[in-house]
Amino acid sequence: MQATDTTNPEYFHKVVDCQYACPAHTPVPAYIRLIAQQRYTDAYLINWESNVFPGVLGRTCDRPCEPACRRGRVEAEPVAICRLKRVAADFKDEVADMLPKAGPPNGKKVALIGAGPASLTVARDLAPLGYEVHLYDAQAKGGGFMRSQIPSFRLPESVLDEEIGYILNMGISTVFSTYVDSMAGMLTKGYDAIFVGSGAPRGRDLPKLPGRKEADANIHIGINWLANVAFEHTKEIGKRVIVLGGGNTAMDCCRTSRRLGGEEVNVIVRSPFADMKASPWEKEDAVHEGIPIIDNHVPREFVIEKGKLVGMTFDKVEAIYHEDGRRNLVSTGEDPVFFPCDDVLIAIGQENAFPWIEKETGIRFTSWGTPIINDDETFQSTRKEVFFGGDSAFGPSNIITAVAHGHKAAVSIDLYCQGKNLSKRPPPHVTLVGQKMGIHEWSYDSIPITDERKIVPLEDLKKSLSDRMVEVELGFDVETAFIEAERCLNCDAQTVFTDANCIECDACTDICPTSCITFTQNAPEGELRNKLLVPAENTDQDLYVSGTLPTGRVMVKDEDVCLHCGLCAERCPTAAWDMQMFLYNMAKATPDLVDVK
Amino acid sequence: MSYYKPKFQHPKLPKNELGYTVADYDGAVSTLCAGCGHDSISGAIRNACFLSAIPPHRIAKLSGIGCSSKMPTYFLGKSHGFNSVHGRMPSVATGASVANRDLIYLGVSGDGDTASIGMGQFVHLIRRNVNMTYIVANNGCYGLTKGQDSATADLGSVGKYGVKNPFDGIDLASLAVLQGASFVARSFSGDKEQLEPLIRAAMAHRGFAFIDVVSPCVTFANNVGSTRSYAATRDNLEAMPIDFVPMREEIRTQYKEGSSQTVTLHDGSIIHLHKASRKYKPDSREDALMALQTANRTGKVLTGLLYLDTDSQDLNHTLALATKPLNSLGKDELCPGSRVLKSINEGLR
Repeated sequence: MQATDTTNPEYFHKVVDCQYACPAHTPVPAYIRLIAQQRYTDAYLINWESNVFPGVLGRTCDRPCEPACRRGRVEAEPVAICRLKRVAADFKDEVADMLPKAGPPNGKKVALIGAGPASLTVARDLAPLGYEVHLYDAQAKGGGFMRSQIPSFRLPESVLDEEIGYILNMGISTVFSTYVDSMAGMLTKGYDAIFVGSGAPRGRDLPKLPGRKEADANIHIGINWLANVAFEHTKEIGKRVIVLGGGNTAMDCCRTSRRLGGEEVNVIVRSPFADMKASPWEKEDAVHEGIPIIDNHVPREFVIEKGKLVGMTFDKVEAIYHEDGRRNLVSTGEDPVFFPCDDVLIAIGQENAFPWIEKETGIRFTSWGTPIINDDETFQSTRKEVFFGGDSAFGPSNIITAVAHGHKAAVSIDLYCQGKNLSKRPPPHVTLVGQKMGIHEWSYDSIPITDERKIVPLEDLKKSLSDRMVEVELGFDVETAFIEAERCLNCDAQTVFTDANCIECDACTDICPTSCITFTQNAPEGELRNKLLVPAENTDQDLYVSGTLPTGRVMVKDEDVCLHCGLCAERCPTAAWDMQMFLYNMAKATPDLVDVK
Repeated sequence: MSYYKPKFQHPKLPKNELGYTVADYDGAVSTLCAGCGHDSISGAIRNACFLSAIPPHRIAKLSGIGCSSKMPTYFLGKSHGFNSVHGRMPSVATGASVANRDLIYLGVSGDGDTASIGMGQFVHLIRRNVNMTYIVANNGCYGLTKGQDSATADLGSVGKYGVKNPFDGIDLASLAVLQGASFVARSFSGDKEQLEPLIRAAMAHRGFAFIDVVSPCVTFANNVGSTRSYAATRDNLEAMPIDFVPMREEIRTQYKEGSSQTVTLHDGSIIHLHKASRKYKPDSREDALMALQTANRTGKVLTGLLYLDTDSQDLNHTLALATKPLNSLGKDELCPGSRVLKSINEGLR
């Protein structure tokens, strides 16, 4: 194998699994260390720079970081990264004065359509540069799906208002309660660029299922119904409710139903329980609230008596998996099953819809209904001054993905408005600093603790079911947060190897608790992976290979289960190993938004 | 400084036939200098015991005084241990071996502990052929007292303070061969591929097995001009690689005809000697001495299995001592009564 080029920041970036998995590349270990040091405000600011909504995401994020967490590969459970983010938000001091202000006007004007997380991110990244930002939304308040789809018992309105407020206070002109019905019209308003962050607003229906029309009064599209609840147009639901679908929206629908009068709420889903799209913890929360999840049931018809919905029938199926990963749901041949109900909520997905973008604008769409976009770096549409991001760009995803799109689109809009080449992206902001404090002492808590993952305490079930405004999760207290923070392995403390210093004494190989380091003859990657002390079978994780050493061997480190404990560097007589803290911040339109020492 | 190792292990760490991982043979985190050759030897001992699937509680570690003699703390944390007086480990080992012949004895010593203060004890240990493995971590200097030349330092070797050693060093391997040791080997701490099978073979050998291991002192003798630095040892290394196949394992590796020779130990284990050993007869003391003298004269560090007597009789056998450990003997066996005494007395009349 070629010697690893550590001068390319992408190598060490990939070692920090959580940060690499985060679409917005939040420097996770850095803020977790700050939480352990009780520097909650600084931890919040680091988050805010990367993901804009730490308080919101600390409660609602899809957590792509947690399955990636290295701790999950050396122990049973990953670090509770998401809930630590909430700790930073819960215990921070007043931060308003530490956030950037609108910059002196630069004469450029941009419109952002839809006030969800993608547009709000673009607004935040562009306002400090002096852009005049006009933010459009059909609703009376900003937030988009964060406000209309996520129930208050998961995300209190005050948290949302606070974090949206930080952005709107940067001199953003809001055009709320205004539905944009014509892109052609927008294009005549003299904007230098337009960003579309209008989400995937159309909930999927079951139009062909028998009885759908007749029972319409008691059948609701999940996302619309949740919005009506959020804006207080809907205040109750029948005693018996069926929720169709297995995603996170279905989980929000069933749990909201329980709080609006639903006593017998069933989630009925086509796929097996394990295949459901909902996050495992959201399924757990629903089950905890006494909601059965009935899997392997395919809707057959809405049953009507005397013109009114009385229930639904379902066909029972089982999943057959093919070798190529395809899945078929095959009928078990049993009789259809009847479930009585008063109301049905359909939460089986959502899709993009742009009825307001006229063909003559030159904005073209794929057959899936999503806009044709230059690439997933620029987010530029086929009309060069129009950019897309969030769910409206590639279909439904999640908040943190929308934020990541927003950062990239803001960079593109800034480059475009300056007449620069959009494909010449600014580099990430990277630092790599040695952590040696003494002969055998590091600036971070290097030896990992063995505590197991802490559980977030919940509000009393009866109390939380009585009021949809009562937040269910109580968050960690500072003592629990400290222990959870200490579980972090500090994967950003990189093991940096300098070939020229190595005397091949084997001290690092002998001491490494997880047998990551091997000195051996070089070979092609597949062969090399097999001849390590413990074969490196996880090919998602890189091998760190040195140049050829004096004995003709190379040092090979399997990054997979490295604890970043620093023992290799402690036992190294020549400092060939060093622990160096790696900070990586993805490029944003405004660099250095916050100042954390 | 970290005083303990994290408890987490690689989830796919291999297990030996006892179900232990190599981490189960770990000791405390070393307090020797970072990069000390002794730590590599500790690692090799740990790996060897793991590979040979020796139950840790069947091993007794013995040592004297010195950097080397601190080593037993840093491997086999679940084995028995005895840290004796300076240079007196052989006495303790002899007594222990006589008292309990069922344990596996592993002595660890240094060039000071063996070649200076302990020399008198060492030669008698060899002479009596006590059933044990005796490893000398040989760095040619007194690291614990800031690096003075030791009795094994080579003539002309330059210490850290720039002074050449004016005396000829004692070659412990030659001494052991000459004194009649039944297993003599030399190795280098930086060559685990050779050191591990040597330790495994030594522990399987019945009788006194001696391994002289060149172990660079990273703090006081790793300078230019030192003959025991990592670089100088590697430059002059003349290694005879070996493989060790325990009796119960099938032989998997194929060896080219004529490229290696095999030696079978008393328990059926097999040692394969390769490459440099083609013309070498490890069962000949004369050959071993000749090879060692030639290597010494040309400044080479000859490593590998130098001499082996597979028919050796250990001390317990020679003195026809009790076949069971003393602690397992009952009152009747230890004190057989007046009738037996009477018959003994009768026999002497």
